[in-house]
Amino acid sequence: MGEPKRTPLYETHCNLGARIVEFAGWAMPLQYTSIVEEHRAVRTNAGLFDVSHMGEVEFTGPSAFETVQRLITNDLGRLRPGRALYTPMCTEEGGIVDDLIVYMVEEARFLVVVNAATTDGDYAWMKDHALPGTTVVNRSEEISLLALQGPKSLAILQELCDGELSALPRFGFLPSCRVAGYPVMVARTGYTGEDGFEIFCRPEDAPVIWGALLEVGWHAGVRPAGLGARDTLRLEAGYLLYGQDMDRTTTPLEAGLGWTVKFEKGEFIGRSALLAQREEGVKRRLVGMVTVERAIPRTGYKILKNGSPVGHVTSGSYAPTLDKNIAMGYVPIGMAEPGTHLAIEIRGRPVPAEVVKLPFYKRPA
Amino acid sequence: MYPEELRYSTEHEWARLENGRVRVGITKFAADRLSDVVFVELPPVGTEVQFMQPFGVVESVKAVSDLYAPVSGKVVEVNEALKDHPEILNQDPYGEGWLVVIEPTDLSELQKLLGRDEYLKLIGEA
Repeated sequence: MGEPKRTPLYETHCNLGARIVEFAGWAMPLQYTSIVEEHRAVRTNAGLFDVSHMGEVEFTGPSAFETVQRLITNDLGRLRPGRALYTPMCTEEGGIVDDLIVYMVEEARFLVVVNAATTDGDYAWMKDHALPGTTVVNRSEEISLLALQGPKSLAILQELCDGELSALPRFGFLPSCRVAGYPVMVARTGYTGEDGFEIFCRPEDAPVIWGALLEVGWHAGVRPAGLGARDTLRLEAGYLLYGQDMDRTTTPLEAGLGWTVKFEKGEFIGRSALLAQREEGVKRRLVGMVTVERAIPRTGYKILKNGSPVGHVTSGSYAPTLDKNIAMGYVPIGMAEPGTHLAIEIRGRPVPAEVVKLPFYKRPA
Repeated sequence: MYPEELRYSTEHEWARLENGRVRVGITKFAADRLSDVVFVELPPVGTEVQFMQPFGVVESVKAVSDLYAPVSGKVVEVNEALKDHPEILNQDPYGEGWLVVIEPTDLSELQKLLGRDEYLKLIGEA
């Protein structure tokens, strides 16, 4: 593996007393004070995350639209400049190569945010499948990414931003504006289940923007938040984590991402396999589960039905907002209905679990 | 932070001799590393535990960790307060956050544990 990579905010995290862990080849802050405190800060005020480990790939050129449209399962035709969408990217067999957010910057210019662990593989896959007339460039080294998430993020970011943010819908973005005087792209996207923004900036500007956001927001309760809180927040919100809740062996239809597969848009990689799977019906499905005991279900634990293993937990945690233990995992389709009684094996003991509708947490309207 | 009169295990438990019995907890170092303790699973009174074998677990938001018995013997008291308030493990690891009291079978085992200075060396705070 070699030395883990550092984001431009590494020193900043250390100075804030963060506990640093290696994640996807990067030295990242797990937590600054406590996962639960940071989680609550995001749900009630706002939290500031460094997500510069995420990758960015840019598509430009006359065939850029066609190239991206063929790579993803969602429909790029629904976008206009300044709008983004969430989508899986699949293999011919319908397995998920990665999950992405595609930002239409201009009609023939797209910025695609990919997971850190999959950046290199995605970039190779994208280049391999690019049509003539599309330029694919890995911009990951040139872009740092901050996420300000939580109910107070709009008010706080607006204090520093020269663009009008309140008019942005969810998944809308300003391709070019300024935050604290520095050139950025600001998007109303995130991975926490709260209102929030992601700020794409130059690496050299990241520490100053980070500092400015904390300074302006501190009195309102904004706190730095690490990967630990990011994981509990996304799990409560029912967001899948690539490599854990989905990978090349699972399809979007099995993962509960059927809403992102738009067969009617025309040809795309994986279409025929996914169409066949839809016709036949999926055999298993990702479900949410809530357990009743204090012991926490964790990744890899067996899911049981009448004492027999039927799957395993892909993500599990204590959910701070709900004060419950929650988990996700794949189960045979006949056991996927909310209300189904299952069990999760924790240290050799079956702990009762009930299938529930996702997400576990929805922010108050 | 690390009381002089305690014995420490390499797995970050402390042991305190009290009238021939041994009170057991986890160190400040362990409590800080865990942070956000949300569940402590302890054996019922009467359970026999073995020197440096797991006797329970502590779950934080992030991870689950085994608890190791710093002395062999029988569990004679369990800290019931941890059931509803696992966070006291973080707040007061040497006081209210104790785990169990053990009736030891071999008190000499305590000599195999670390003294304060050795423990501080182990955790890199010497």
